[in-house]
Amino acid sequence: MSAQPIIVSASPHVHSDRTSKKLMYDVVIALIPAFLVSVYVFGISALIVTSVAIISCILFEYVIQKYLLKTDVTITDGSALITGILLAFNLPSNLPIWMIIIGSLVAIGVAKLSFGGLGFNIFNPALVGRVFLLISFPVQMTSWPTAFVNNTSVVDAVTGATSLGIIKEGLNMGETMTEISARIPSSTNMLFGFTSGSLGEMSALALILGGLYLMLRKVISWHIPVTLLATIFIMTAIFWVANPEHYANPLIHLLAGGAILGAFFMATDLVTSPMTKKGMVIFAIGIGIITVVIRLFGAYPEGISFAILIMNAFVPLINKFFKPRRFGAKIKSKIV
Amino acid sequence: MSDSVLYSVILLASLGMVAAVLLYVVSKKFYVFENPLIAEVDEILPSANCGGCGSPGCKAFAERLVNTEDISDLFCPVGGNEVMKQVAAILGKKVAEKDATVAVLRCQGGCDVRPKTTEYQGPRTCAISAMIYSGETDCQYGCLGDGDCVKVCKFDAMYMDEHTGLPVIITDKCTSCGACVEACPRDIIEMRPKHKRDLKIFVGCLNEDKAGIAKKACDVACIGCSKCQEICPKDAVLMANNLAYIDPIMCTLCRKCVEVCPTNSIIETNFPPKKVKKVEPEAEVNVESINLKTDA
Amino acid sequence: MLKTFPKGGIHPPENKITASKGIKKMTLPKVVYVPISQHIGIPAEITVGVKDKVDIGQVIAKSGGFMSSNIHSPVAGTVTKLDKIIDTSGYKKQCIVIRTDLKDESNFKDTEYPLKTTITLEPKDILQKINDSGIVGLGGATFPSHVKLSIKEGTKLDHLIINGVECEPYLTADHRLMLEKAEEIIVGIKILMFALHIDNAIIGIENNKADAIETFKKIIRKDDPIKIAALKVKYPQGGEKQLVRALLNREVPKNGLPLDVGVIVHNVGTIFAIYQAIQHNIPLIERVVTVTGKKLENPSNYWVKIGTPITDLVNEVGGLPEGTRKIVNGGPMMGKAIKNMDVPVTKGTSGILVISEDEASRGEPKNCIRCGECVDVCPMGLEPHLLMNLSEKGMYEKASAEDIMTCIECGSCSYVCPSHRPLLDYIRFGKNSVKKMNTSKN
Repeated sequence: MSAQPIIVSASPHVHSDRTSKKLMYDVVIALIPAFLVSVYVFGISALIVTSVAIISCILFEYVIQKYLLKTDVTITDGSALITGILLAFNLPSNLPIWMIIIGSLVAIGVAKLSFGGLGFNIFNPALVGRVFLLISFPVQMTSWPTAFVNNTSVVDAVTGATSLGIIKEGLNMGETMTEISARIPSSTNMLFGFTSGSLGEMSALALILGGLYLMLRKVISWHIPVTLLATIFIMTAIFWVANPEHYANPLIHLLAGGAILGAFFMATDLVTSPMTKKGMVIFAIGIGIITVVIRLFGAYPEGISFAILIMNAFVPLINKFFKPRRFGAKIKSKIV
Repeated sequence: MSDSVLYSVILLASLGMVAAVLLYVVSKKFYVFENPLIAEVDEILPSANCGGCGSPGCKAFAERLVNTEDISDLFCPVGGNEVMKQVAAILGKKVAEKDATVAVLRCQGGCDVRPKTTEYQGPRTCAISAMIYSGETDCQYGCLGDGDCVKVCKFDAMYMDEHTGLPVIITDKCTSCGACVEACPRDIIEMRPKHKRDLKIFVGCLNEDKAGIAKKACDVACIGCSKCQEICPKDAVLMANNLAYIDPIMCTLCRKCVEVCPTNSIIETNFPPKKVKKVEPEAEVNVESINLKTDA
Repeated sequence: MLKTFPKGGIHPPENKITASKGIKKMTLPKVVYVPISQHIGIPAEITVGVKDKVDIGQVIAKSGGFMSSNIHSPVAGTVTKLDKIIDTSGYKKQCIVIRTDLKDESNFKDTEYPLKTTITLEPKDILQKINDSGIVGLGGATFPSHVKLSIKEGTKLDHLIINGVECEPYLTADHRLMLEKAEEIIVGIKILMFALHIDNAIIGIENNKADAIETFKKIIRKDDPIKIAALKVKYPQGGEKQLVRALLNREVPKNGLPLDVGVIVHNVGTIFAIYQAIQHNIPLIERVVTVTGKKLENPSNYWVKIGTPITDLVNEVGGLPEGTRKIVNGGPMMGKAIKNMDVPVTKGTSGILVISEDEASRGEPKNCIRCGECVDVCPMGLEPHLLMNLSEKGMYEKASAEDIMTCIECGSCSYVCPSHRPLLDYIRFGKNSVKKMNTSKN
């Protein structure tokens, strides 16, 4: 017999090698291509915003857990890191540093730790931080630096509106889509990221790449991203077919703004999305509809952050009503 | 300007009126008669809501007391005879009189005397580890040490001793509600009468194994040698399944059995020290807790 | 496309290191400890006394009721003690201790009889014989076989399913048995089909045992009503309900039995035991046990007498390796960790798994991140995370309403949980509490 006493525990005695930590770092890896694109596009400022967000998120988590809540510090599990990156991805690259820090405090302190930490938060922390900033500092949060223009200077940024912003503004001025479309970047540019917008939503291609990696690693399933994007596409297509002069083409709606980032990285957040596949589909359809409604009829040009947060609130209900089918429940007699 | 003031006053006043009428109608329509005695009895009960009486709370117990004809088998362990007498006075029914009891721990198998032979991994609750196997030590009757009893105690009358790994009952705070007795999967905790000055003598072991096996598993196990039974002048010791049990009613607290026990498995509490023997003071025995016998 | 059950399931590493090791005869143990409760139900009643001489195969404990089973002496020898020994349950249970008579020839007699294909007994006698021979489900559940076979008049049965899935990692006992005793198993199936008047039989084997599938295919003639079905590898396909769903696309109703969909399921091991009992009059005193573990010198499959202490088995394969931290009776997914090495082999022991330091420890439980993985893998369509929460909080009524009782305790949820939460521990506790709650209500 070995020196240590033998262990007795209940079955199962083997465990898969997946851990929450690994899942979290997979998400981080998946976000790298999009990050590289934004560094390429916005230069050093993207790097600054992202590092500030990451560092302040981790720091706030550490300080709050250690001194305020006096619980175990969980900064190594990678969830604060992800919150930091995702928050940065949702900010313009020229945002003042102090605002980023406030955003991080709201994301970690209010949206995550006050609910009980990882696993207990109802709303996606990064999005709460982002929406808080958007409502508190609307001017700074909606002046987007233009790609390649202000690579070096953070202060005197040349700013421009996002594609969705241009459309919204143009429509409000009574212009038609044909007139507006001359001013918005081409779909190819949107795909590769040469447009203006928040830090992480630049290149649809890089984001899809990251999303596919997550699906490959089985961190997320296809249900939320595909359903969400399909819902946005179908809804906007209906409006576009009905009146192409007043509604933008569905492809623009897919590629512009945060649709892709939201679909692959924000809505799929494990904690704040439903448990079952059925629930995930309902959840994604809900987000899609709300996003399109805000984009087409709301005051804001972009609505996916709000849409995800609203649907986050419905997740407990979705979990309650869309349960997996129990084995052997209500079956038709198949005995021949 | 004055118009808007007028309108808001009228609007608020009429809203208030409507609400008042609604409230009145609803309170009349859904009025439930409640025996005023229930409130009166509830007032006397200790409001501990511990469930020791078998009802889900003091209010429910009050209802039961009022609505039951014969309440002689109902008893509030927390309030004791005092409270039950008052209840009897209000309701004009007969109540039982019971000796005050207190919880005692019938296991002394701390880490130092009962070696761990296996390591348990899993949720640290007695209920679950008891389901899986007989525990980390070789004694399948003793304390599992995961503190389910401490978790259920609503009166902060229990804590886990860090050195021994056993729960400790703070007798003064114990209301004998019985929650710990219920929670313990091993039935180690027993309610015993609280004699004068809380003097108690009981066997601190439940091991039914044969002497050799029991002793091997735990130094302070009762080995069923019957010495206590032989010496007891009042026939208060019962022997069954290699285990002694001291009947609390028959026992006259003479302490003879304590001395003869070869494994020190009989516990006496709160007695003044008998013989002044030079004994190293045992590492800080909590005054409130059970005084483990020191004259080895 | 290979068949399998549709919902849930996992793919743990197979680790079938003993698949190529033939079944060896285990050295005769000097002492056997035979527990009187080796099956689900009422313990058997001891019929022998201390110092009694017993013959091999003699009844030493009689079935204690309908839901019980006879227990036979696995060796010829002398009863030395009636004692309480820790068994797989982790508690001391009544055992009959028999010292083997090493001079008695019957202990060494070869039990390899020539194949006997003609069935001479009548159906009623077959069932009686199964009852007398102490046969229980050898897949691990140890459900008394005669109870399973006592079918009410008028029940429509159309399929006998033979469970050769062995989906547990590491274990190869059934696999080897199918390879070495294929013909006997076919006869055993025919005996059962004859006794129960069932017209069809399917042997379900997972595709990782291609050699076993081949072996059966060679033996079975075209006009035989017995079919072989290759199944996609997926745990827990060996669960009755999952197997019936995979093979026949029939779903056993909630809280129901395979009987409700006209099916009866038996493990290959049980079928072989039935063959031995009916054709050669040998009661269940011996079974195949896989002794395995990555660090073991000589892992292999053995014919082991019931009651052999696990120490003897481990010594047979070269002793416990350095750094052993856990010993499991059964497979890694559903087996029970044992408390010490004196625990005897019982009718339900399909394997002994020796786990070393690096694999033995469970991860530290972390917060649930609500990834829904446990919901995905649950083959019964339950929500393990919810059931765990409800059990932890003592909300048994609600847990019962969430179908906690249909959990088959396969452990898939605990296996996949990335936060290492003790899901099954709590669910099992919840099931126990619900059971208690229901009995106290009645």
